Amino acid sequence: MQAYLKLDHIDKTFTRGTATTEVLKDINLTIEKGEYVSIIGHSGCGKSTLLNIVAGLTGATNGGVLLENREVNSPGPDRAVVFQNHSLLPWLTVYENVKLGVDKVFARTKNRAERDAWVMHNLSLVQMAHARDKRPSEISGGMKQRVGIARALAMEPKVLLLDEPFGALDALTRAHLQDSVMALHQKLGNTILMITHDVDEAVLLSDRIVMMTNGPSARIGEVLEVPLARPRKRLELATNASYLKCRQRVLEFLYERHSFVEAA
Amino acid sequence: MSMPAIKTELSAAAIPQAATAAPVVTMTPKRAPRAETYARLAKETAARVVPPLIVVALLLVVWELICRRAGSSLPPPSKVFKDTRELILDPFFDNGGIDKGLFWHLSASLQRVAYGYSLAAIAGIALGTLVGQSVWAMRGLDPLFQVLRTIPPLAWLPLSLAAFRDGQPSAIFVIFITSVWPIIINTAVGIRNIPQDYRNVAAVVQLNPLEFFTKIMIPAAAPYMFTGLRIGIGLSWLAIVAAEMLIGGVGIGFFIWDAWNSSHISEIILALFYVGIIGFVLDRLIAGLGKIVTRGTAAN
Repeated sequence: MQAYLKLDHIDKTFTRGTATTEVLKDINLTIEKGEYVSIIGHSGCGKSTLLNIVAGLTGATNGGVLLENREVNSPGPDRAVVFQNHSLLPWLTVYENVKLGVDKVFARTKNRAERDAWVMHNLSLVQMAHARDKRPSEISGGMKQRVGIARALAMEPKVLLLDEPFGALDALTRAHLQDSVMALHQKLGNTILMITHDVDEAVLLSDRIVMMTNGPSARIGEVLEVPLARPRKRLELATNASYLKCRQRVLEFLYERHSFVEAA
Repeated sequence: MSMPAIKTELSAAAIPQAATAAPVVTMTPKRAPRAETYARLAKETAARVVPPLIVVALLLVVWELICRRAGSSLPPPSKVFKDTRELILDPFFDNGGIDKGLFWHLSASLQRVAYGYSLAAIAGIALGTLVGQSVWAMRGLDPLFQVLRTIPPLAWLPLSLAAFRDGQPSAIFVIFITSVWPIIINTAVGIRNIPQDYRNVAAVVQLNPLEFFTKIMIPAAAPYMFTGLRIGIGLSWLAIVAAEMLIGGVGIGFFIWDAWNSSHISEIILALFYVGIIGFVLDRLIAGLGKIVTRGTAAN
């Protein structure tokens, strides 16, 4: 079976002057269409670098990324990114922020009215249609991230890349947004690659969890399948045996076998 | 500034009503009476206008007391007003040559500033973008800029007179060369400080270089650009007076010099007053324009 997205023997070395740091070592991962894969690891293990490589924002030193059997090495709307700090352009309204991507991606295939309708459709997917004329400074952090998700979704990416999308949010907003992303994944069937450092979030959302060892030279330590049926309900899972088992496995990996030495 | 005050007033007015009449119907909150709003506005305006007026009045009194004595080298304000009454009341007379009303002198100076400053804004933003965007352009040009920008405006005047052989373009060139440096340097800093996030967004959306320039760079760097533009307009107004004293002809700078040569000290004082007011207005103009253009950019 051909993989949809394939990370093939990726190494990444940063060079500053004569000093070189090997960040990632021999990363191999295949992701099927429609799959939700999380990458979890301690901070500094290079998981964001890995996401940037998939996005094309950073080049790999060795190896490469194949999307539908074609190598990708520059950024593009087929791998839209939801950035950790939303990265909305503050001088544009919510509507204009989403439209920026839509106008580029559908410049030829959709006319003006269709593009407008498509922007509004995506804003309503994340329940932000009411704030179309607001500027990012006028809406809350959770709302900004919703717009960030709408902007990425509106580009109809083949793979949606989430870079710790809920990291900067408070716990309640985070839970709310996680549910939204789960519902969107259910509804649209996107292929999603998410970076996170939150164990519960990884287990709740993912089909598979990729656990990274500590850097330098971080590798994939273990890949865990999450055998939970969808749609998943946060409250029911709290007592679900296989949920707890998955959670336990990830915690063990992160805090026993690969506990973060430098953190203390 | 006045909005929150209105809101609190409204809610304060609405609460007791809602408490007593809650089960009946929703009542439209009572609006603050118009007279009250005006009274508050007048109060706020007064709070800003009255203190400077008092200070000015005191200074005028002190000046009057010091300069009223016989043999004083500078005229007191009362004499200044008496001497320059005609100039103040009729700024539009034109007796040919340089014997014109103050309006014509000021407008000639403002025209030179407009030309020189517009050129400086265009060239400054273009060069600043280049230097901010390209590391090699920065390495090559930045040392040059740092040396050139320390040259005093008037030092350029003989050189530009030699090059242009005419007063008008020379004055414009001096304005240009004076105001261009802060615009270049601030624009470059603004471009260099564009957050990597915005560049990433542009890369993912695949904006082409022109779109990147108009949709990301200009708005992201606009607050810095306007800082430079504001410093620039101040410097060009500083430079024009000095330059005009030397090149002669119509212009507020030469008006001052001419008044000095004919010992009309009162006219000098009047001209200085106008120069100050116009410099202030120019600065506020650019600041206001910046506020409109960068609305939203600064707050993140």
